[in-house]
Amino acid sequence: MENQKCKGMQDLLPEDMLRFRHIQSVFRNCCLKWGYKEVRTPTIEYLHLFTATGTLTPSKLRTVYSFLDWDGWSGERVVLKPDGTIPVARLYIDNLSEHESARLFYVTNIFAFEETGKKKRERWQFGAEFLGASKFAADAEIILLAQDVLHKLGLKNVELRLSHAGLVKALIKELKLSSLEEAKLANCILDGNWQALAEVKTNSLELNSLLANILDLKGKSGNFLQNIKALTQQASPKFKSALDNFTNIAMLLDSLDCNYQIDVRAISGFEYYTGICFQLLCGEEKIGGGGRYDALIPLMGGKNTPACGFALYADAIMELLLMEIRGESEILVKGEKLTTEVVTTCFTLAQSLREAGHIVELGLNGQEEQNYHWVISVSGKKLLVLKDGKQHQERKVTSLAEILSIIGD
Amino acid sequence: MKYQPVKLALPKGRFLSSIAKLLGEVGLDFANYHEKTRQYALSSTNFPHLSAKLFQEKDIPIQVAVGNYDLGICGLDWIDELQARYPASTLVKIANLGYGKGSICVAAGNQLGISCLDELPCGGLYRIVSEYPNIAEALALNLRMREFKIFPVWGDAEIYPPENADLAILWQRDKSNLETEGLISLAELFPVTAYLIACRKSLENKDLSQILARLHSRFTRYDTVVETREFSTHSQHILKVVSTDWQAKKIKLALPDGHQHRPTSQFLKQAGFHFQGYSEKLTNRRPIADLHWLGVKVIRPQDMPLQVANGNFDLAITGKDWLSDHLYRFPSSPVEELLNLDFGKVKIVVAVSQDMPVNDIDELRLLVQTGNLTPIRVASEYINIADKYLRDNHISPYKLIPTWGASEAFLPDDADLLIDNTQTGKTLAQQQLKIIDVLFQSSACLIGNKNNISLPGKKEKVESLIQAFQEARSQ
Repeated sequence: MENQKCKGMQDLLPEDMLRFRHIQSVFRNCCLKWGYKEVRTPTIEYLHLFTATGTLTPSKLRTVYSFLDWDGWSGERVVLKPDGTIPVARLYIDNLSEHESARLFYVTNIFAFEETGKKKRERWQFGAEFLGASKFAADAEIILLAQDVLHKLGLKNVELRLSHAGLVKALIKELKLSSLEEAKLANCILDGNWQALAEVKTNSLELNSLLANILDLKGKSGNFLQNIKALTQQASPKFKSALDNFTNIAMLLDSLDCNYQIDVRAISGFEYYTGICFQLLCGEEKIGGGGRYDALIPLMGGKNTPACGFALYADAIMELLLMEIRGESEILVKGEKLTTEVVTTCFTLAQSLREAGHIVELGLNGQEEQNYHWVISVSGKKLLVLKDGKQHQERKVTSLAEILSIIGD
Repeated sequence: MKYQPVKLALPKGRFLSSIAKLLGEVGLDFANYHEKTRQYALSSTNFPHLSAKLFQEKDIPIQVAVGNYDLGICGLDWIDELQARYPASTLVKIANLGYGKGSICVAAGNQLGISCLDELPCGGLYRIVSEYPNIAEALALNLRMREFKIFPVWGDAEIYPPENADLAILWQRDKSNLETEGLISLAELFPVTAYLIACRKSLENKDLSQILARLHSRFTRYDTVVETREFSTHSQHILKVVSTDWQAKKIKLALPDGHQHRPTSQFLKQAGFHFQGYSEKLTNRRPIADLHWLGVKVIRPQDMPLQVANGNFDLAITGKDWLSDHLYRFPSSPVEELLNLDFGKVKIVVAVSQDMPVNDIDELRLLVQTGNLTPIRVASEYINIADKYLRDNHISPYKLIPTWGASEAFLPDDADLLIDNTQTGKTLAQQQLKIIDVLFQSSACLIGNKNNISLPGKKEKVESLIQAFQEARSQ
């Protein structure tokens, strides 16, 4: 039979859900321990939240699922949320803005149209946002929290790449382009086309060497940034203050023994970043990313609220977590003959065992016994047979207490 | 040598005569492809395997994209409209045939005092009216408009600015025709030329070479299509369009053009109203009423419910068919019927080909259930009425093909079921169709926005109009 699932959408099967829930519980526990509180935002939001300049790039907006709602006669469009951060920022503005800061986290699905339908159009994200986070230590907190989650998940060889949106923006300003060319260049970069920056022709030799330095900027410590700073003394104050901020965060991470790689290209997609940006990779696979977005909340009509956050990409992480997560049923309770009397006994017994903390399935349609640790057969009024599902050792039992004492450990 | 049948979708309207001439010149002529034709299905004079069908231009990209037609010819505007929303469609642009007719432009009321898109103030809410809602949305996104609303319309986009929309994206035949509407073009998005298009699947699997070779000599070598420019919006002044005259009118009324113009103007005359520019021939899209408190614009009846719902008009004279279509789409809309005007009566019917072995909707359901007609393709101008009817009658699965008039031409090749209006049923019979169900009787009616017309200052005036209309109706 032909597959009837909508193109690009996801089914998560029992094994997938076990892995998903495992990641989720590790993520939730970490966030809760760091003092973050869970929120959930709706699937549908207004389109205009995402069209405001500086939220999503036009190329991202073109893949948004937008439509008119049942009361959309005014032409106001709604979307299936394409991003996790913007709705959380909206939630903060609407409900929590009297608090100067809020540490929030979420688990959500996001939607983006992907032309071929072969890749996913619905994806899951685990994200955390630190709203009202003005200090550079907050950037480090966000990075360390993301790393803590990945570490607890047991992911090896996670690579952290750092960049700085403020630095890149200041650099583009140095080029003194017309506003039109500048916007175009910024869009190119956000869509990952760094070549566009290298191709900009400048008259100044110094600017050219600055550009080359920045593009090749790769290093592993805050000292490296200090060196860059020494080389770029002629740059604008904006550039310098962005570099200072970058250096401070890098030095802090150094002193916290957090390994990273500085790569100015580690920015992608989201136009709202203003400060530090980071990507998390496992091999070639991007498994997360985040950064600082100080302008987003004021741009959306909220108070001036600096903020930073990250998201982990559940789909990529699920692929990497190949460990077996056991979740099969523990005990099977079945009847020889399914008379009312026998079934009643089965139900009662199963319920007592559940209350004692066991996972119990009723054998109503001939389940395979080897899938269970224990099989209890009920025949007649009080005749119970307890079998070890794997080793086929049988013994007769007469009471619940007896069963519990056998399987208890 | 035997050729596979090849199907071509040809346009009515603006490109008809030049395309007919071109086809003749390359030896691909079709009998009856001329301005006055009443036939939809055309056969080729020289190539027995080639057939063609006449469509509204707007329908052609969709028909080719879904694979009903191998090739099609239509204006670039309708191709772009499809591709702006569905970039992954199977539609392939083969070549520019060179016939240019005006361009698609972005226009605003000339009292705004700006002359190009760069001068558009940033921030604020933009209302964009267009027959090309997908192109409009793509433009709004490119311009980084913070907030925008798009009003899709069936036509007459030029009549909306400045009062009822800030920008119109429309087909401009030439500059002077915008000026007469009091509009100024802020940007030309692209010139409209006739294009040859193909379905990718046909290109991949079918031998179309004979036809393509004939047309090849007429491909325009240089592509006159200008890429949509990227714009920025940086100026700071606030967009505020006030047409004092229009704003000062207590009641805003929309009157219909097209087929409904004549009966409506007769009815209004009977009710004792005179509208300069509307009463006899339609000469002014902003007719002047005797009543100083009444502002009037002439728009398409299809667009009226939405325009009344969003408050651009308080009242409108449209058909019950369009009101129902609107209310099925937007159940909580504030639009309601105020008065049945009793003229312009039509029946909304369900029709199938006379060859189809069904006589009512229950038999049709059985036919679909047995899998002989899966999915059933339904052509209609009334997509929301059609959607509801099919759901209510448990017809499943179905595919809805939205059309822009002359829907009967879609049967039997390109659709299985038709939901359309008919006065006498004669046209349907001529097309070898039979009616298997009647949904409802439609007639002209006065509609209003119930939130607006109950406001003090409007209420009494609306009531006086209704009373005058009531008296005219009973005459």
